[in-house]
Amino acid sequence: MSNANGNAEEVVSLARRIRVQAARMVHRAKSSHLGSGFSMADLLAVLYARILRVDARNPQWADRDRFVLSKGHACAPLYAVLAERGFFPKEWLEEFYLDGARLAGHATHVGVPGVEVSTGSLGHGLPIACGMALAGKRDGSGHRIFALLSDGECDEGSTWEAALFAGHHGLDNLVSIIDYNKIQSLGGVAEVLELEPFAAKWQAFGWSVREIDGHRVKEIEDTLKTVPFECGKPSCVIAHTVKGKGVSFMENQLLWHYRSPDAEEMAKALVELGEDA
Amino acid sequence: MRGAFFRALAEVAERDERVHLVVGDLGFGVVEPFAKRFPKRFVNAGVAEQNMTGLAAGMALSGKIVFTYSIANFPILRCLEQVRNDVCYHNANVKIVAVGGGFAYGSLGATHHATEDLAILRSLPRMVVVAPGDPVEAEEATRAVVAHEGPCYLRLGRAGEANVHGGQINFQLGRAIQVRDGNDYTLISTGGLLDTAMQAAEVLDLAGLRGRVLSMHTVKPLDEHAVLAAARQTNAVFTLEEHSVVGGLGGAVAELLAESAETAVVFKRFGLPSAFTSKVGTQEYLRSQHGLTREAIVAGVQSILEECRAATAIARD
Repeated sequence: MSNANGNAEEVVSLARRIRVQAARMVHRAKSSHLGSGFSMADLLAVLYARILRVDARNPQWADRDRFVLSKGHACAPLYAVLAERGFFPKEWLEEFYLDGARLAGHATHVGVPGVEVSTGSLGHGLPIACGMALAGKRDGSGHRIFALLSDGECDEGSTWEAALFAGHHGLDNLVSIIDYNKIQSLGGVAEVLELEPFAAKWQAFGWSVREIDGHRVKEIEDTLKTVPFECGKPSCVIAHTVKGKGVSFMENQLLWHYRSPDAEEMAKALVELGEDA
Repeated sequence: MRGAFFRALAEVAERDERVHLVVGDLGFGVVEPFAKRFPKRFVNAGVAEQNMTGLAAGMALSGKIVFTYSIANFPILRCLEQVRNDVCYHNANVKIVAVGGGFAYGSLGATHHATEDLAILRSLPRMVVVAPGDPVEAEEATRAVVAHEGPCYLRLGRAGEANVHGGQINFQLGRAIQVRDGNDYTLISTGGLLDTAMQAAEVLDLAGLRGRVLSMHTVKPLDEHAVLAAARQTNAVFTLEEHSVVGGLGGAVAELLAESAETAVVFKRFGLPSAFTSKVGTQEYLRSQHGLTREAIVAGVQSILEECRAATAIARD
Protein backbone atom coordinates (compact mmCIF):
# COMPACT_ATOMS: atom_id res chain seq x y z
CA MET A 1 0.00 0.00 0.00
CA SER A 2 1.20 3.46 -0.80
CA ASN A 3 -0.20 5.34 2.16
CA ALA A 4 2.90 4.72 4.22
CA ASN A 5 3.76 7.22 6.90
CA GLY A 6 6.25 9.88 6.12
CA ASN A 7 6.90 13.55 6.64
CA ALA A 8 5.57 16.50 4.69
CA GLU A 9 8.86 16.94 2.84
CA GLU A 10 8.32 13.60 1.16
CA VAL A 11 5.01 14.76 -0.21
CA VAL A 12 6.45 18.08 -1.31
CA SER A 13 9.28 16.25 -3.00
CA LEU A 14 6.83 13.93 -4.75
CA ALA A 15 4.81 16.93 -5.96
CA ARG A 16 7.99 18.50 -7.29
CA ARG A 17 8.93 15.34 -9.17
CA ILE A 18 5.41 15.10 -10.61
CA ARG A 19 5.74 18.64 -11.97
CA VAL A 20 9.21 17.99 -13.39
CA GLN A 21 8.11 14.76 -15.06
CA ALA A 22 4.93 16.35 -16.42
CA ALA A 23 6.87 19.31 -17.81
CA ARG A 24 9.35 17.00 -19.51
CA MET A 25 6.53 14.87 -20.93
CA VAL A 26 4.58 17.81 -22.30
CA HIS A 27 7.72 19.47 -23.67
CA ARG A 28 8.93 16.29 -25.39
CA ALA A 29 5.51 15.58 -26.82
CA LYS A 30 4.77 19.21 -27.74
CA SER A 31 1.43 18.59 -26.06
CA SER A 32 -0.60 20.83 -23.78
CA HIS A 33 -2.53 21.20 -20.50
CA LEU A 34 0.55 21.72 -18.35
CA GLY A 35 -1.11 24.54 -16.41
CA SER A 36 -4.05 22.26 -15.60
CA GLY A 37 -1.64 19.59 -14.46
CA PHE A 38 0.43 21.87 -12.25
CA SER A 39 -2.65 23.14 -10.43
CA MET A 40 -3.47 19.64 -9.22
CA ALA A 41 0.06 18.27 -8.68
CA ASP A 42 -0.01 18.83 -4.91
CA LEU A 43 -3.44 17.19 -4.62
CA LEU A 44 -2.14 14.15 -6.52
CA ALA A 45 0.99 13.94 -4.39
CA VAL A 46 -1.01 13.91 -1.15
CA LEU A 47 -3.53 11.43 -2.52
CA TYR A 48 -0.94 8.92 -3.69
CA ALA A 49 1.49 9.38 -0.81
CA ARG A 50 -0.95 9.57 2.09
CA ILE A 51 -4.56 8.93 1.31
CA LEU A 52 -5.32 6.31 -1.33
CA ARG A 53 -5.27 2.69 -0.25
CA VAL A 54 -3.87 1.28 -3.44
CA ASP A 55 -1.23 -1.30 -4.19
CA ALA A 56 1.11 -0.86 -7.14
CA ARG A 57 1.91 -4.58 -7.08
CA ASN A 58 -1.76 -5.46 -7.23
CA PRO A 59 -3.50 -2.64 -9.10
CA GLN A 60 -6.76 -4.61 -9.41
CA TRP A 61 -6.96 -5.40 -5.68
CA ALA A 62 -10.71 -5.62 -5.07
CA ASP A 63 -10.77 -3.51 -1.90
CA ARG A 64 -8.60 -0.69 -3.21
CA ASP A 65 -9.72 2.89 -3.10
CA ARG A 66 -10.72 4.10 -6.57
CA PHE A 67 -9.25 7.26 -7.99
CA VAL A 68 -11.07 8.73 -10.99
CA LEU A 69 -9.33 11.57 -12.78
CA SER A 70 -12.32 13.21 -14.39
CA LYS A 71 -10.24 16.03 -15.88
CA GLY A 72 -8.56 13.55 -18.19
CA HIS A 73 -6.72 16.21 -20.18
CA ALA A 74 -4.42 16.76 -17.22
CA CYS A 75 -3.17 13.19 -17.42
CA ALA A 76 0.58 13.82 -17.55
CA PRO A 77 0.86 14.32 -13.76
CA LEU A 78 -1.34 11.27 -13.17
CA TYR A 79 0.95 9.08 -15.26
CA ALA A 80 3.93 10.67 -13.50
CA VAL A 81 2.65 9.91 -10.00
CA LEU A 82 1.71 6.37 -10.98
CA ALA A 83 5.21 5.81 -12.33
CA GLU A 84 6.71 7.38 -9.20
CA ARG A 85 4.65 5.00 -7.05
CA GLY A 86 5.75 2.00 -9.09
CA PHE A 87 2.61 1.14 -11.05
CA PHE A 88 4.67 1.02 -14.24
CA PRO A 89 8.24 1.86 -15.31
CA LYS A 90 9.22 5.52 -15.49
CA GLU A 91 10.54 4.87 -19.01
CA TRP A 92 6.94 4.80 -20.18
CA LEU A 93 6.71 8.50 -19.42
CA GLU A 94 9.38 9.25 -21.98
CA GLU A 95 7.18 8.17 -24.86
CA PHE A 96 3.98 9.85 -23.60
CA TYR A 97 1.78 11.08 -26.45
CA LEU A 98 4.24 9.97 -29.14
CA ASP A 99 3.57 7.52 -31.96
CA GLY A 100 3.25 4.00 -30.60
CA ALA A 101 3.30 5.11 -26.95
CA ARG A 102 1.47 3.34 -24.12
CA LEU A 103 0.34 6.62 -22.62
CA ALA A 104 -2.21 8.67 -24.55
CA GLY A 105 -2.86 12.39 -24.26
CA HIS A 106 -5.93 11.88 -22.11
CA ALA A 107 -6.19 9.49 -19.17
CA THR A 108 -6.45 6.00 -20.64
CA HIS A 109 -6.97 2.79 -18.74
CA VAL A 110 -6.10 0.32 -21.48
CA GLY A 111 -2.77 -1.28 -20.68
CA VAL A 112 -1.93 1.31 -18.02
CA PRO A 113 -1.94 -0.11 -14.49
CA GLY A 114 -3.43 2.25 -11.93
CA VAL A 115 -5.66 4.22 -14.28
CA GLU A 116 -9.18 3.24 -13.24
CA VAL A 117 -11.12 4.83 -16.07
CA SER A 118 -10.48 6.58 -19.32
CA THR A 119 -11.60 10.17 -19.41
CA GLY A 120 -11.09 13.14 -21.65
CA SER A 121 -14.57 14.23 -22.50
CA LEU A 122 -15.52 16.30 -19.47
CA GLY A 123 -18.30 15.50 -17.05
CA HIS A 124 -17.94 11.72 -17.22
CA GLY A 125 -15.95 11.08 -14.05
CA LEU A 126 -18.42 11.88 -11.30
CA PRO A 127 -21.25 9.66 -12.67
CA ILE A 128 -18.85 6.71 -12.96
CA ALA A 129 -17.53 7.42 -9.47
CA CYS A 130 -21.14 7.44 -8.21
CA GLY A 131 -21.65 3.98 -9.69
CA MET A 132 -18.52 2.70 -7.99
CA ALA A 133 -19.64 4.27 -4.71
CA LEU A 134 -23.15 2.84 -4.95
CA ALA A 135 -21.76 -0.61 -5.73
CA GLY A 136 -19.37 -0.31 -2.79
CA LYS A 137 -22.18 0.69 -0.46
CA ARG A 138 -24.42 -2.15 -1.54
CA ASP A 139 -21.58 -4.64 -1.18
CA GLY A 140 -20.73 -3.27 2.25
CA SER A 141 -17.15 -2.64 1.09
CA GLY A 142 -14.92 -0.26 2.98
CA HIS A 143 -13.15 1.32 0.05
CA ARG A 144 -13.59 4.96 -0.91
CA ILE A 145 -13.98 6.62 -4.30
CA PHE A 146 -12.10 9.85 -5.02
CA ALA A 147 -12.96 11.83 -8.14
CA LEU A 148 -10.82 14.79 -9.15
CA LEU A 149 -12.74 17.31 -11.24
CA SER A 150 -11.81 20.50 -13.02
CA ASP A 151 -13.79 23.66 -12.41
CA GLY A 152 -14.57 23.89 -16.12
CA GLU A 153 -16.33 20.54 -16.11
CA CYS A 154 -18.71 21.84 -13.50
CA ASP A 155 -20.35 23.50 -16.52
CA GLU A 156 -21.45 20.01 -17.58
CA GLY A 157 -24.99 18.97 -16.69
CA SER A 158 -23.84 15.41 -16.14
CA THR A 159 -21.64 16.57 -13.25
CA TRP A 160 -24.68 18.03 -11.52
CA GLU A 161 -26.84 15.00 -12.32
CA ALA A 162 -24.26 12.94 -10.46
CA ALA A 163 -23.97 15.49 -7.65
CA LEU A 164 -27.73 15.32 -7.13
CA PHE A 165 -27.66 11.53 -7.16
CA ALA A 166 -24.78 11.22 -4.69
CA GLY A 167 -26.39 13.64 -2.27
CA HIS A 168 -29.77 11.97 -2.48
CA HIS A 169 -28.30 8.52 -1.90
CA GLY A 170 -25.97 9.67 0.87
CA LEU A 171 -22.87 8.22 -0.75
CA ASP A 172 -20.44 9.02 2.06
CA ASN A 173 -17.81 6.76 0.51
CA LEU A 174 -17.51 9.27 -2.34
CA VAL A 175 -15.23 12.30 -2.37
CA SER A 176 -15.16 14.87 -5.15
CA ILE A 177 -12.16 17.14 -5.24
CA ILE A 178 -12.46 20.22 -7.42
CA ASP A 179 -9.26 21.67 -8.79
CA TYR A 180 -10.59 25.21 -8.66
CA ASN A 181 -7.87 27.06 -10.56
CA LYS A 182 -10.46 29.49 -11.91
CA ILE A 183 -9.31 29.35 -15.53
CA GLN A 184 -11.03 27.23 -18.13
CA SER A 185 -10.48 26.70 -21.81
CA LEU A 186 -11.33 30.12 -23.24
CA GLY A 187 -11.16 32.35 -20.22
CA GLY A 188 -11.67 32.80 -16.54
CA VAL A 189 -14.41 30.74 -14.93
CA ALA A 190 -16.01 33.95 -13.70
CA GLU A 191 -16.19 35.27 -17.26
CA VAL A 192 -17.26 32.07 -19.03
CA LEU A 193 -19.84 30.63 -16.65
CA GLU A 194 -19.65 31.79 -13.08
CA LEU A 195 -19.72 28.93 -10.59
CA GLU A 196 -20.05 31.04 -7.46
CA PRO A 197 -21.48 30.58 -4.96
CA PHE A 198 -19.71 27.30 -5.57
CA ALA A 199 -19.56 25.73 -2.12
CA ALA A 200 -23.19 26.63 -1.56
CA LYS A 201 -24.14 24.78 -4.73
CA TRP A 202 -22.55 21.54 -3.55
CA GLN A 203 -24.07 22.00 -0.12
CA ALA A 204 -27.48 22.53 -1.68
CA PHE A 205 -27.01 19.24 -3.55
CA GLY A 206 -26.50 17.43 -0.26
CA TRP A 207 -22.72 17.37 0.01
CA SER A 208 -20.54 18.17 2.97
CA VAL A 209 -18.06 20.75 1.72
CA ARG A 210 -14.60 21.94 2.78
CA GLU A 211 -12.68 24.70 1.06
CA ILE A 212 -8.92 24.44 1.22
CA ASP A 213 -5.73 25.80 -0.26
CA GLY A 214 -4.94 23.15 -2.85
CA HIS A 215 -1.21 23.71 -2.65
CA ARG A 216 -0.63 23.35 1.10
CA VAL A 217 0.09 19.66 1.46
CA LYS A 218 -0.51 19.55 5.22
CA GLU A 219 -3.94 21.16 4.80
CA ILE A 220 -4.81 18.81 1.93
CA GLU A 221 -3.76 15.79 3.95
CA ASP A 222 -5.52 16.85 7.12
CA THR A 223 -8.70 17.46 5.15
CA LEU A 224 -8.68 14.25 3.13
CA LYS A 225 -7.87 12.19 6.21
CA THR A 226 -11.16 13.20 7.78
CA VAL A 227 -13.50 11.99 5.01
CA PRO A 228 -16.38 11.51 5.20
CA PHE A 229 -16.81 14.96 6.66
CA GLU A 230 -20.30 13.96 7.71
CA CYS A 231 -21.75 10.52 8.02
CA GLY A 232 -24.35 9.89 5.34
CA LYS A 233 -23.18 12.64 3.01
CA PRO A 234 -20.73 12.66 0.10
CA SER A 235 -17.71 14.89 0.70
CA CYS A 236 -16.68 17.73 -1.57
CA VAL A 237 -13.29 19.40 -1.34
CA ILE A 238 -13.08 22.68 -3.18
CA ALA A 239 -9.35 23.11 -3.58
CA HIS A 240 -8.42 26.69 -4.40
CA THR A 241 -5.48 26.36 -6.73
CA VAL A 242 -3.38 28.34 -9.15
CA LYS A 243 -3.22 27.31 -12.77
CA GLY A 244 0.41 26.61 -13.68
CA LYS A 245 1.43 26.55 -10.01
CA GLY A 246 5.16 26.12 -9.48
CA VAL A 247 6.53 28.00 -12.47
CA SER A 248 6.17 31.77 -12.14
CA PHE A 249 5.57 32.62 -15.77
CA MET A 250 2.88 29.94 -16.11
CA GLU A 251 0.93 30.87 -13.02
CA ASN A 252 -2.59 32.17 -13.60
CA GLN A 253 -2.00 32.30 -17.35
CA LEU A 254 -4.68 30.98 -19.69
CA LEU A 255 -1.96 30.51 -22.31
CA TRP A 256 -0.56 27.59 -20.32
CA HIS A 257 -3.74 25.64 -20.72
CA TYR A 258 -2.43 25.07 -24.24
CA ARG A 259 1.17 26.08 -24.66
CA SER A 260 3.95 23.55 -24.71
CA PRO A 261 7.19 24.92 -23.29
CA ASP A 262 9.96 25.46 -25.83
CA ALA A 263 13.59 24.69 -24.93
CA GLU A 264 14.23 28.07 -23.33
CA GLU A 265 11.01 28.05 -21.32
CA MET A 266 11.70 24.49 -20.33
CA ALA A 267 15.14 25.38 -18.96
CA LYS A 268 13.66 28.24 -16.93
CA ALA A 269 10.83 26.07 -15.68
CA LEU A 270 13.21 23.34 -14.53
CA VAL A 271 15.30 25.84 -12.58
CA GLU A 272 12.18 27.12 -10.84
CA LEU A 273 11.22 23.55 -10.06
CA GLY A 274 14.62 23.00 -8.49
CA GLU A 275 15.89 20.81 -11.27
CA ASP A 276 19.05 22.26 -12.80
CA ALA A 277 19.51 19.91 -15.70
CA MET B 1 -42.16 -7.81 -25.11
CA ARG B 2 -41.94 -5.63 -22.02
CA GLY B 3 -43.63 -8.24 -19.87
CA ALA B 4 -41.43 -10.99 -21.29
CA PHE B 5 -38.35 -8.92 -20.52
CA PHE B 6 -39.30 -8.34 -16.89
CA ARG B 7 -40.23 -12.00 -16.40
CA ALA B 8 -36.84 -13.12 -17.68
CA LEU B 9 -35.02 -10.37 -15.77
CA ALA B 10 -36.56 -11.48 -12.47
CA GLU B 11 -35.60 -15.05 -13.25
CA VAL B 12 -31.95 -14.28 -14.02
CA ALA B 13 -31.72 -11.90 -11.06
CA GLU B 14 -32.95 -14.71 -8.83
CA ARG B 15 -30.02 -16.93 -9.75
CA ASP B 16 -27.34 -14.28 -10.39
CA GLU B 17 -26.91 -11.70 -7.67
CA ARG B 18 -24.72 -9.52 -9.88
CA VAL B 19 -27.81 -8.47 -11.87
CA HIS B 20 -28.93 -4.89 -11.12
CA LEU B 21 -31.58 -2.66 -12.65
CA VAL B 22 -31.18 1.10 -13.01
CA VAL B 23 -34.13 2.98 -14.43
CA GLY B 24 -34.45 6.52 -15.68
CA ASP B 25 -37.66 7.28 -13.78
CA LEU B 26 -39.76 5.29 -16.24
CA GLY B 27 -41.56 1.97 -16.13
CA PHE B 28 -44.63 2.78 -14.06
CA GLY B 29 -46.49 -0.41 -13.23
CA VAL B 30 -43.74 -2.75 -14.49
CA VAL B 31 -40.57 -2.05 -12.51
CA GLU B 32 -42.19 -2.24 -9.08
CA PRO B 33 -42.13 -6.06 -8.73
CA PHE B 34 -38.38 -6.12 -9.41
CA ALA B 35 -37.81 -3.20 -7.04
CA LYS B 36 -39.76 -4.93 -4.29
CA ARG B 37 -38.16 -8.30 -4.78
CA PHE B 38 -34.59 -7.02 -5.16
CA PRO B 39 -34.52 -3.66 -3.35
CA LYS B 40 -30.73 -3.66 -3.02
CA ARG B 41 -30.33 -4.29 -6.72
CA PHE B 42 -32.68 -1.63 -8.00
CA VAL B 43 -32.16 2.09 -8.28
CA ASN B 44 -34.12 4.86 -9.92
CA ALA B 45 -31.54 7.29 -11.26
CA GLY B 46 -34.17 9.94 -11.88
CA VAL B 47 -34.63 11.88 -15.10
CA ALA B 48 -30.89 11.98 -15.72
CA GLU B 49 -29.78 9.58 -18.42
CA GLN B 50 -26.17 10.72 -18.59
CA ASN B 51 -25.69 9.98 -14.92
CA MET B 52 -27.72 6.78 -15.23
CA THR B 53 -25.34 5.49 -17.88
CA GLY B 54 -22.10 6.59 -16.22
CA LEU B 55 -23.43 5.19 -12.95
CA ALA B 56 -24.17 1.86 -14.63
CA ALA B 57 -20.64 1.78 -16.04
CA GLY B 58 -19.17 2.47 -12.61
CA MET B 59 -21.28 -0.28 -11.06
CA ALA B 60 -20.32 -2.68 -13.84
CA LEU B 61 -16.63 -1.87 -13.33
CA SER B 62 -17.25 -2.94 -9.72
CA GLY B 63 -18.41 -6.38 -10.83
CA LYS B 64 -22.13 -5.91 -11.43
CA ILE B 65 -24.25 -6.78 -14.45
CA VAL B 66 -26.26 -3.61 -14.87
CA PHE B 67 -29.41 -3.08 -16.90
CA THR B 68 -30.34 0.50 -17.70
CA TYR B 69 -33.96 0.95 -18.64
CA SER B 70 -35.93 3.72 -20.24
CA ILE B 71 -38.02 4.35 -23.33
CA ALA B 72 -37.32 5.13 -26.96
CA ASN B 73 -34.18 7.24 -27.44
CA PHE B 74 -33.69 8.33 -23.85
CA PRO B 75 -31.24 5.64 -22.64
CA ILE B 76 -29.13 5.77 -25.81
CA LEU B 77 -29.14 9.10 -27.62
CA ARG B 78 -29.45 11.48 -24.68
CA CYS B 79 -26.36 9.86 -23.21
CA LEU B 80 -24.66 8.59 -26.36
CA GLU B 81 -21.18 9.66 -25.31
CA GLN B 82 -21.56 7.89 -21.96
CA VAL B 83 -22.62 4.81 -23.92
CA ARG B 84 -19.59 5.11 -26.18
CA ASN B 85 -16.88 6.08 -23.70
CA ASP B 86 -18.02 4.81 -20.31
CA VAL B 87 -19.75 1.62 -21.42
CA CYS B 88 -18.22 0.50 -24.72
CA TYR B 89 -14.65 1.70 -24.33
CA HIS B 90 -14.44 0.17 -20.86
CA ASN B 91 -16.19 -2.97 -22.08
CA ALA B 92 -18.49 -2.47 -19.09
CA ASN B 93 -21.07 -5.16 -18.50
CA VAL B 94 -24.02 -2.86 -19.11
CA LYS B 95 -27.21 -3.89 -20.89
CA ILE B 96 -29.20 -0.96 -22.22
CA VAL B 97 -32.90 -1.65 -22.58
CA ALA B 98 -35.15 0.66 -24.56
CA VAL B 99 -38.86 0.01 -24.73
CA GLY B 100 -40.63 1.53 -27.70
CA GLY B 101 -38.54 0.62 -30.75
CA GLY B 102 -39.74 2.20 -34.00
CA PHE B 103 -43.23 3.68 -33.80
CA ALA B 104 -44.32 1.83 -30.66
CA TYR B 105 -45.00 5.21 -29.08
CA GLY B 106 -46.39 6.49 -32.38
CA SER B 107 -48.97 8.92 -31.12
CA LEU B 108 -46.52 10.53 -28.71
CA GLY B 109 -44.75 12.27 -31.57
CA ALA B 110 -41.38 12.30 -33.28
CA THR B 111 -39.40 12.78 -30.05
CA HIS B 112 -40.60 9.32 -29.04
CA HIS B 113 -39.94 7.56 -32.35
CA ALA B 114 -36.85 5.35 -32.08
CA THR B 115 -36.03 5.13 -35.75
CA GLU B 116 -32.25 5.58 -35.97
CA ASP B 117 -31.18 3.65 -32.89
CA LEU B 118 -30.04 0.47 -34.61
CA ALA B 119 -27.77 2.39 -36.97
CA ILE B 120 -26.24 4.51 -34.24
CA LEU B 121 -25.71 1.70 -31.75
CA ARG B 122 -24.45 -0.64 -34.45
CA SER B 123 -21.60 1.71 -35.17
CA LEU B 124 -20.24 1.55 -31.62
CA PRO B 125 -17.35 -0.86 -31.06
CA ARG B 126 -18.17 -3.84 -28.79
CA MET B 127 -21.89 -3.07 -28.74
CA VAL B 128 -24.16 -6.05 -29.36
CA VAL B 129 -27.44 -4.88 -30.87
CA VAL B 130 -30.53 -6.99 -30.34
CA ALA B 131 -34.11 -6.34 -31.50
CA PRO B 132 -36.26 -9.37 -30.64
CA GLY B 133 -39.08 -10.28 -33.01
CA ASP B 134 -41.67 -11.30 -30.45
CA PRO B 135 -42.10 -11.88 -26.71
CA VAL B 136 -40.57 -15.37 -26.94
CA GLU B 137 -37.42 -13.91 -28.45
CA ALA B 138 -37.44 -11.02 -25.96
CA GLU B 139 -37.38 -13.44 -23.06
CA GLU B 140 -34.55 -15.47 -24.57
CA ALA B 141 -32.67 -12.31 -25.53
CA THR B 142 -32.75 -11.13 -21.92
CA ARG B 143 -31.07 -14.33 -20.78
CA ALA B 144 -28.61 -14.17 -23.65
CA VAL B 145 -27.42 -10.62 -22.94
CA VAL B 146 -26.79 -11.54 -19.32
CA ALA B 147 -24.70 -14.50 -20.44
CA HIS B 148 -22.74 -12.27 -22.81
CA GLU B 149 -19.97 -10.34 -21.10
CA GLY B 150 -19.90 -6.77 -22.37
CA PRO B 151 -22.16 -4.01 -23.66
CA CYS B 152 -25.52 -4.92 -25.19
CA TYR B 153 -28.46 -2.94 -26.49
CA LEU B 154 -31.85 -4.55 -26.23
CA ARG B 155 -34.50 -2.84 -28.33
CA LEU B 156 -37.93 -3.94 -27.28
CA GLY B 157 -41.28 -3.18 -28.84
CA ARG B 158 -44.04 -2.41 -26.42
CA ALA B 159 -46.46 -4.46 -24.38
CA GLY B 160 -48.93 -6.97 -25.70
CA GLU B 161 -47.49 -8.21 -28.99
CA ALA B 162 -48.53 -11.67 -30.15
CA ASN B 163 -46.08 -14.54 -30.09
CA VAL B 164 -44.82 -15.52 -33.51
CA HIS B 165 -42.92 -18.55 -32.32
CA GLY B 166 -45.18 -21.38 -31.30
CA GLY B 167 -42.85 -23.11 -28.91
CA GLN B 168 -39.24 -23.40 -27.86
CA ILE B 169 -36.67 -21.63 -29.99
CA ASN B 170 -32.94 -21.98 -30.29
CA PHE B 171 -31.89 -18.43 -29.51
CA GLN B 172 -28.24 -17.45 -29.81
CA LEU B 173 -26.88 -13.94 -30.14
CA GLY B 174 -25.65 -13.43 -33.69
CA ARG B 175 -27.61 -16.36 -35.10
CA ALA B 176 -30.70 -15.71 -37.20
CA ILE B 177 -33.73 -17.90 -36.62
CA GLN B 178 -35.26 -19.32 -39.77
CA VAL B 179 -38.97 -19.09 -39.11
CA ARG B 180 -40.11 -20.22 -42.53
CA ASP B 181 -38.38 -22.02 -45.38
CA GLY B 182 -38.54 -21.36 -49.09
CA ASN B 183 -36.27 -20.75 -52.06
CA ASP B 184 -37.97 -18.07 -54.15
CA TYR B 185 -36.88 -15.12 -51.99
CA THR B 186 -35.82 -14.33 -48.41
CA LEU B 187 -37.42 -11.82 -46.10
CA ILE B 188 -35.10 -10.84 -43.24
CA SER B 189 -36.87 -9.09 -40.41
CA THR B 190 -35.67 -7.49 -37.22
CA GLY B 191 -37.74 -6.35 -34.25
CA GLY B 192 -41.50 -6.32 -33.95
CA LEU B 193 -42.25 -6.59 -37.67
CA LEU B 194 -41.60 -10.33 -37.60
CA ASP B 195 -45.32 -11.01 -37.37
CA THR B 196 -45.92 -8.81 -40.42
CA ALA B 197 -43.13 -10.60 -42.30
CA MET B 198 -44.73 -13.98 -41.60
CA GLN B 199 -48.13 -12.77 -42.73
CA ALA B 200 -46.68 -11.36 -45.95
CA ALA B 201 -44.90 -14.63 -46.65
CA GLU B 202 -48.16 -16.53 -46.24
CA VAL B 203 -49.93 -14.31 -48.75
CA LEU B 204 -47.05 -14.62 -51.21
CA ASP B 205 -47.18 -18.36 -50.73
CA LEU B 206 -50.74 -18.34 -52.09
CA ALA B 207 -49.40 -16.53 -55.14
CA GLY B 208 -46.88 -19.31 -55.67
CA LEU B 209 -43.87 -17.54 -54.22
CA ARG B 210 -42.31 -19.64 -51.49
CA GLY B 211 -40.27 -17.41 -49.24
CA ARG B 212 -37.78 -17.90 -46.47
CA VAL B 213 -38.25 -15.75 -43.40
CA LEU B 214 -35.31 -15.06 -41.10
CA SER B 215 -35.73 -13.38 -37.76
CA MET B 216 -32.52 -11.36 -37.48
CA HIS B 217 -32.96 -10.56 -33.82
CA THR B 218 -29.29 -9.65 -33.55
CA VAL B 219 -28.40 -6.82 -35.89
CA LYS B 220 -24.83 -6.81 -34.62
CA PRO B 221 -22.98 -9.09 -34.90
CA LEU B 222 -24.91 -9.89 -38.05
CA ASP B 223 -25.40 -13.55 -38.96
CA GLU B 224 -23.40 -13.27 -42.17
CA HIS B 225 -23.62 -16.95 -42.88
CA ALA B 226 -27.42 -16.91 -42.89
CA VAL B 227 -27.55 -13.82 -45.13
CA LEU B 228 -25.08 -15.17 -47.65
CA ALA B 229 -26.76 -18.58 -47.72
CA ALA B 230 -30.10 -16.85 -48.34
CA ALA B 231 -28.60 -14.81 -51.17
CA ARG B 232 -27.07 -17.90 -52.76
CA GLN B 233 -30.07 -20.16 -52.34
CA THR B 234 -32.95 -17.78 -52.98
CA ASN B 235 -31.36 -15.07 -55.19
CA ALA B 236 -33.56 -12.35 -53.70
CA VAL B 237 -33.13 -10.73 -50.29
CA PHE B 238 -35.50 -8.23 -48.69
CA THR B 239 -34.91 -6.62 -45.32
CA LEU B 240 -37.69 -5.39 -43.08
CA GLU B 241 -37.33 -3.06 -40.11
CA GLU B 242 -39.28 -0.38 -38.29
CA HIS B 243 -36.27 1.88 -38.58
CA SER B 244 -34.63 4.18 -41.08
CA VAL B 245 -33.29 2.41 -44.16
CA VAL B 246 -30.01 4.17 -43.36
CA GLY B 247 -27.60 2.05 -41.41
CA GLY B 248 -29.87 -0.44 -39.65
CA LEU B 249 -30.57 -4.01 -40.65
CA GLY B 250 -30.95 -3.06 -44.32
CA GLY B 251 -27.69 -1.15 -44.21
CA ALA B 252 -25.87 -4.01 -42.53
CA VAL B 253 -27.13 -6.57 -45.04
CA ALA B 254 -26.37 -4.24 -47.96
CA GLU B 255 -22.80 -3.77 -46.74
CA LEU B 256 -22.33 -7.50 -46.49
CA LEU B 257 -23.85 -8.32 -49.87
CA ALA B 258 -21.99 -5.54 -51.69
CA GLU B 259 -18.66 -6.96 -50.55
CA SER B 260 -19.62 -10.57 -51.15
CA ALA B 261 -19.56 -12.73 -54.23
CA GLU B 262 -23.36 -12.60 -54.34
CA THR B 263 -23.51 -9.41 -56.38
CA ALA B 264 -26.26 -10.70 -58.67
CA VAL B 265 -28.74 -11.00 -55.82
CA VAL B 266 -31.93 -8.98 -55.98
CA PHE B 267 -32.03 -6.73 -52.92
CA LYS B 268 -34.38 -4.23 -51.37
CA ARG B 269 -34.77 -2.61 -47.98
CA PHE B 270 -38.24 -2.16 -46.52
CA GLY B 271 -38.02 0.48 -43.82
CA LEU B 272 -38.52 4.14 -43.14
CA PRO B 273 -37.12 6.98 -45.18
CA SER B 274 -34.52 9.11 -43.42
CA ALA B 275 -37.12 11.65 -42.42
CA PHE B 276 -39.14 12.79 -39.44
CA THR B 277 -42.81 12.10 -39.64
CA SER B 278 -45.25 14.70 -38.47
CA LYS B 279 -48.16 12.35 -38.96
CA VAL B 280 -49.98 11.50 -35.79
CA GLY B 281 -51.25 8.07 -34.99
CA THR B 282 -50.81 4.65 -33.51
CA GLN B 283 -47.99 2.29 -34.39
CA GLU B 284 -50.28 0.49 -36.83
CA TYR B 285 -51.32 3.73 -38.48
CA LEU B 286 -47.77 5.01 -38.84
CA ARG B 287 -46.62 1.66 -40.19
CA SER B 288 -49.38 1.82 -42.79
CA GLN B 289 -48.29 5.33 -43.76
CA HIS B 290 -44.75 4.09 -44.41
CA GLY B 291 -45.34 0.89 -46.35
CA LEU B 292 -44.69 -1.39 -43.41
CA THR B 293 -47.83 -3.51 -43.77
CA ARG B 294 -48.45 -7.01 -45.01
CA GLU B 295 -50.05 -5.66 -48.19
CA ALA B 296 -47.29 -3.21 -49.00
CA ILE B 297 -44.60 -5.83 -48.48
CA VAL B 298 -46.44 -8.38 -50.60
CA ALA B 299 -46.85 -5.84 -53.39
CA GLY B 300 -43.22 -4.75 -53.14
CA VAL B 301 -41.82 -8.27 -53.22
CA GLN B 302 -44.11 -9.31 -56.08
CA SER B 303 -43.31 -6.33 -58.28
CA ILE B 304 -39.58 -6.63 -57.80
CA LEU B 305 -39.55 -10.36 -58.49
CA GLU B 306 -41.72 -9.83 -61.58
CA GLU B 307 -39.40 -7.12 -62.87
CA CYS B 308 -36.49 -9.48 -62.44
CA ARG B 309 -38.26 -12.26 -64.27
CA ALA B 310 -39.05 -9.89 -67.13
CA ALA B 311 -35.48 -8.67 -67.26
CA THR B 312 -34.18 -12.24 -67.28
CA ALA B 313 -36.59 -13.15 -70.08
CA ILE B 314 -35.44 -10.18 -72.19
CA ALA B 315 -31.82 -11.10 -71.59
CA ARG B 316 -32.58 -14.65 -72.73
CA ASP B 317 -34.21 -13.40 -75.95
